[in-house]
Amino acid sequence: MSAGHGHRLHRPGDTLVHRLPPQCKLAAVIAFALTVVATPREWFAAFGAYALLLAGVALAARIPPGFVLRRMAVEIPFVLFAVAIPFIGTGERVAVAGLSLSVPGLWAAWNILAKATLGVAASILLAATTEPRLMLLGAQRLRLPPLLVQIAMFMLRYMDVVAGEMRRMRVARESRGFAARDVRHLPVVARSAGALFIRSYERGERVHLAMLSRGYTGSMPVVVDLAASARQWLVAAMLPGAALVALLGNWGMA
Amino acid sequence: MHVPDGFFNAAVSVSAAAVAAAGVAVCLRGARRELDDRTAPMAGLVAAFVFAVQMLNFPVAAGTSGHLLGGALAAILVGPYTAVLCMAVVLLVQGFFFADGGLTALGVNITLMGLVTVLAGWGVFRLITRSLRGRTAITAASFAAALVSVPASALAFTLLFWIGGTAPVEIGTVAAAMGGVHVLIGIGEGLITAVTVGTVLATRPDLVYGARGLAAPLVLRGPGGESTVAPQAPAPAATPRPARPFLLAGAGVTLLLAGGVSHLASGDPDGLERVAEDEGFLGQATDHALGSWALADYGEVGGVPLWVVGPVGVGITLLVAGAVAYAARRRKGGAPGGTRETAEAAKTGGSVEAAETSKVGGAAKVGGTGGTGGTGGTAA
Repeated sequence: MSAGHGHRLHRPGDTLVHRLPPQCKLAAVIAFALTVVATPREWFAAFGAYALLLAGVALAARIPPGFVLRRMAVEIPFVLFAVAIPFIGTGERVAVAGLSLSVPGLWAAWNILAKATLGVAASILLAATTEPRLMLLGAQRLRLPPLLVQIAMFMLRYMDVVAGEMRRMRVARESRGFAARDVRHLPVVARSAGALFIRSYERGERVHLAMLSRGYTGSMPVVVDLAASARQWLVAAMLPGAALVALLGNWGMA
Repeated sequence: MHVPDGFFNAAVSVSAAAVAAAGVAVCLRGARRELDDRTAPMAGLVAAFVFAVQMLNFPVAAGTSGHLLGGALAAILVGPYTAVLCMAVVLLVQGFFFADGGLTALGVNITLMGLVTVLAGWGVFRLITRSLRGRTAITAASFAAALVSVPASALAFTLLFWIGGTAPVEIGTVAAAMGGVHVLIGIGEGLITAVTVGTVLATRPDLVYGARGLAAPLVLRGPGGESTVAPQAPAPAATPRPARPFLLAGAGVTLLLAGGVSHLASGDPDGLERVAEDEGFLGQATDHALGSWALADYGEVGGVPLWVVGPVGVGITLLVAGAVAYAARRRKGGAPGGTRETAEAAKTGGSVEAAETSKVGGAAKVGGTGGTGGTGGTAA
């Protein structure tokens, strides 16, 4: 199960990576992730090259390694799963330090760990260098349906408000001596969820009325100019491009 | 539960992304019917609510705790279409802004935690509330819906893992591990969902989408003691936008990818290839089929080349997903106040309905008769 999402990943800055238009960065990261996933797991050199590429991006964006490493905690549940695979995997066994491990299981664990880690690191770098609102506008330029983008915008905008309401309810519960210890306490938690839903929904109704009174007609005006020049696309294409070169280079060697 | 990159092979990721895109496209149209022009702010706030609720950890058994998925809860509170949109947006935001769940696995995540939980949850909920009415029935149906939705999601995960997982683990082990934990989590999810729905029903019953049929009509009493039933305002007609180009382009890209790109992932066995192989060698022992997981180099299956199997498999997947979505849409009772359209449809006969049906998305609007389970649209 995933950890809490109590912190945002964005880290403001003014570097080459920060200044790139969001749609270029989004397309670059998605293309990079696809390249990583399509790489056969035996090609160690290619994975090393991908890691170096990401380190280069982090350097260009002046993101300290500690920032990326701390944020990678979201990956932990699947790391645990990956560690378990060699023990429960099928196929040929090999003895390592007195433990009997499955060879295909070791390969699979490496495969998941390497690809997931690279994917998570790429997403963290994307989120760290892109303002959330701009990222969604960039996604809209990449033909994500506008309604979906609007919903995501409202969610981002009110996420902290709703989470704050929930936190206040939790503080109120705990200051009255409540702690959810076993199943019998579920109704209390659930009633909080019900109250939270009513508050969220009613806030949505108020927000909608406020929007109508300001002339909302079904679409939000975009005030930022997000046009990307060919040069910026070229800069963004360097990441997946270099990854593809590494992949093909490794293919040539293999 | 958020699947990272590299967990499923390329073919499964791409097929799941196509299913998710098709599902979200259907729901984008459907949500306009559920919420009209309020869709963006309301669904946004409900998505924020689902996001917050997913942070609620509850104890499952000694030592372990789970958190809500929220798919069934959202479906009962705001309707299945909006619920799928909310879940999709929550997963999108978690993937892009919190690096939780791989970007290439986004389709898998939306399919498993958005589409499957909402479809399973809403299906069970409708099945129960169709035959039983009343507040208790709705609470009980909420419990059953949430209880079923979590193991259904785990089961779908196991199925995908069987088709195209990259780890050589016995499918039985996966099913047992996923099933066991998720039945427990499902019980917790069911309890919380039932009590949450009960709480909302007690305070604002009008907000519970699943309880719309329960609302008594507004009765106006005049000074002379006479009472009239207030006419309900007809629901504003949504303008369905043509999603066909989007769907066709998506299907085209999918077929292309399934036919061409799946060759690239030669390090791992291709999922559709595996299924075809299982079907081709049904007579053989199952341990062979599972043991061959790590083998990479079978180019063709039963004489059918891979570039044919891939697109055919994706086509079948899309057809099944489309049929399920279509069936779910027809099952749904419309919003209250659809009576005028029904009357019009009845007046002009079947030709209107036929025309509406061909204009994808128009048919269910005709069929709504105030939550009484009217299925006028299906007669066409």
